[in-house]
Amino acid sequence: MNILDIQGLRLRLPDTARPVLDGVDLTVGAGETVALVGESGSGKTLTSRSVLRLLPAGAATEGAVRVAGQDVLAMNPAELRDLRTGTAAMVFQDPRSAINPLRRIGDFLTESLRLNAGTPEAEATARATEMLEAVGLTAAALRQYPGELSGGMLQRVMIAAALMGGPALILADEPTTALDVTTQAEVVALLGDLRERFGTGLLFVTHDLGLAAAISDRVYVMYAGRIAETGPAATLFERPRHPYTAALLAATPRLAAPQGRLAAIEGQPPSLQEELTGCPFAPRCPLATEVCTERMPERLPLPGDPAHWVACHHSDRLEGRTTDE
Amino acid sequence: MTAALVRRPGLARIRAAGSPLYLLCLGFVGLVVLLAVLAPWLSPHDPNAVDLGNAYGGPSADHLLGVDSAGRDTLSRLVTGARTSLLGPLGVVVFSTLAGVAVGVAAAWRGGWLDSVLSRSTELVFAFPGLLLAILIVSIYGDGLLAPVLALAVAYLPYVSRLTRSLVLAERERPYVEAYQVQGHSGLQICLRHVIPNIAPVVLAQSTINFGYALIDLAGLSFLGLGVPALTPDWGRMVFDGQVAIQHGYPLSAILPCAAIVLTVVAFNVVGERWADQVARRDR
Repeated sequence: MNILDIQGLRLRLPDTARPVLDGVDLTVGAGETVALVGESGSGKTLTSRSVLRLLPAGAATEGAVRVAGQDVLAMNPAELRDLRTGTAAMVFQDPRSAINPLRRIGDFLTESLRLNAGTPEAEATARATEMLEAVGLTAAALRQYPGELSGGMLQRVMIAAALMGGPALILADEPTTALDVTTQAEVVALLGDLRERFGTGLLFVTHDLGLAAAISDRVYVMYAGRIAETGPAATLFERPRHPYTAALLAATPRLAAPQGRLAAIEGQPPSLQEELTGCPFAPRCPLATEVCTERMPERLPLPGDPAHWVACHHSDRLEGRTTDE
Repeated sequence: MTAALVRRPGLARIRAAGSPLYLLCLGFVGLVVLLAVLAPWLSPHDPNAVDLGNAYGGPSADHLLGVDSAGRDTLSRLVTGARTSLLGPLGVVVFSTLAGVAVGVAAAWRGGWLDSVLSRSTELVFAFPGLLLAILIVSIYGDGLLAPVLALAVAYLPYVSRLTRSLVLAERERPYVEAYQVQGHSGLQICLRHVIPNIAPVVLAQSTINFGYALIDLAGLSFLGLGVPALTPDWGRMVFDGQVAIQHGYPLSAILPCAAIVLTVVAFNVVGERWADQVARRDR
């Protein structure tokens, strides 16, 4: 069974002309790592937050977000609290600001168990120690304040906190963006290890394609509130079938082949204030034709590769091309 | 930090950062509090013992600071009066801080109509002079410290609630609040365990400043003969009683309580302002 199953999620905000999320379908299997990739404003963060129903004020939702079979959007407060305490956890982008600076690390780690699950203090502390050791820290950190730890160590604390409730699903919203590159690699390796050890599903939100390729089993590429393309990480990055994925991959800087100016995708993503009739990527797409501006492409599995879905009228024109050309 | 403490003009100017003034004032506050607590053991005479034969007496070995128009020992009355004079403002500050924080947190956290109702009604209180409100309530309920203290607490509540509201609005946007939400904590838990402790230093600085002003207000009320029962020693009351002594050319029994009031208020203000400055520096 899928631990996370999002079906047809639409999310409308009060003063936008079109839904911010428009029919998002996404699944994460038990113990699977799934990357959600997209540029700023594409809705990837909103998608991950909707899993814990952490929505902006005035948001109206349609569709279903099921975590372990239960629809998050229809939960009552007590069920929602159980979900947040136990089943699913979130790792935030900037650990420095996501931990109350005035409380000790031990307090931060054990508070949820002590208050919401009623675990005795000694037991909660023992579990916190265990989790700190699992993320490569020692029990000494329990007595420290957030200000005494480095960014990388704090992100480890965040991950330890996420593991405290024994979750089946961890949502990581750009967990490495605020860290420097060497620390990033450590944190990513750690997340991979922990997934194997604890068997948690991981939804990894990032705009870093290299990272997504390195860590995930499957990848979802998001554009303007829709899933543009999804498939196994290896095939998707080797043989992208959506022009947006292809353009993103072409725009990734490569150390091996210095090429002068970095490639970029011309234009801007569509504004939330305009209605969309056709494909949202059409104005920036090199392959766009009339049909693209008239009709929204459906997301369909590729013939011969049922795990690889693409929402593009012209995906066949990218067939056979690889990113190395 | 968008929230600013309400520092009324005048006394706000006398804070000198880094000078010994702060320590001096802190010491003075400590001394006054100590006197008030230990008053029954420290006062050399019964503060209410009338000795008409010795009225208007100057300082002597028996009466170190002289006696007033009824022959009561000024030193004993000053020391004992410190109790009522500090207890009143303490009540005002405690009540206005507790209620103000509750109102401010509720308004900021819930938002919407509750915010509108609470914010507008506290602004309504702002428009009504606190002293007038206190006089009104005392004239209805008669003597006693409780009525003016409650009235002034209501009058000081908006300063605290408005500050708290803006602090909580800023604090709830900080990502750690969300991090606690996704750990399954309820809004009330997050408020009580994290938000309020984090904003407490600023609120306490404001309350310390309020203490000084509440002391002036209550002294003013008891000078007018409102609030404090006639026989209870109180600094404001002593100034009132001392008027007769001034007319007879023995100003000491009126000037000393005046000085006590002014010095205490200034000391509380300097301490409060200093704390406010420290909090502001920490946030920068």
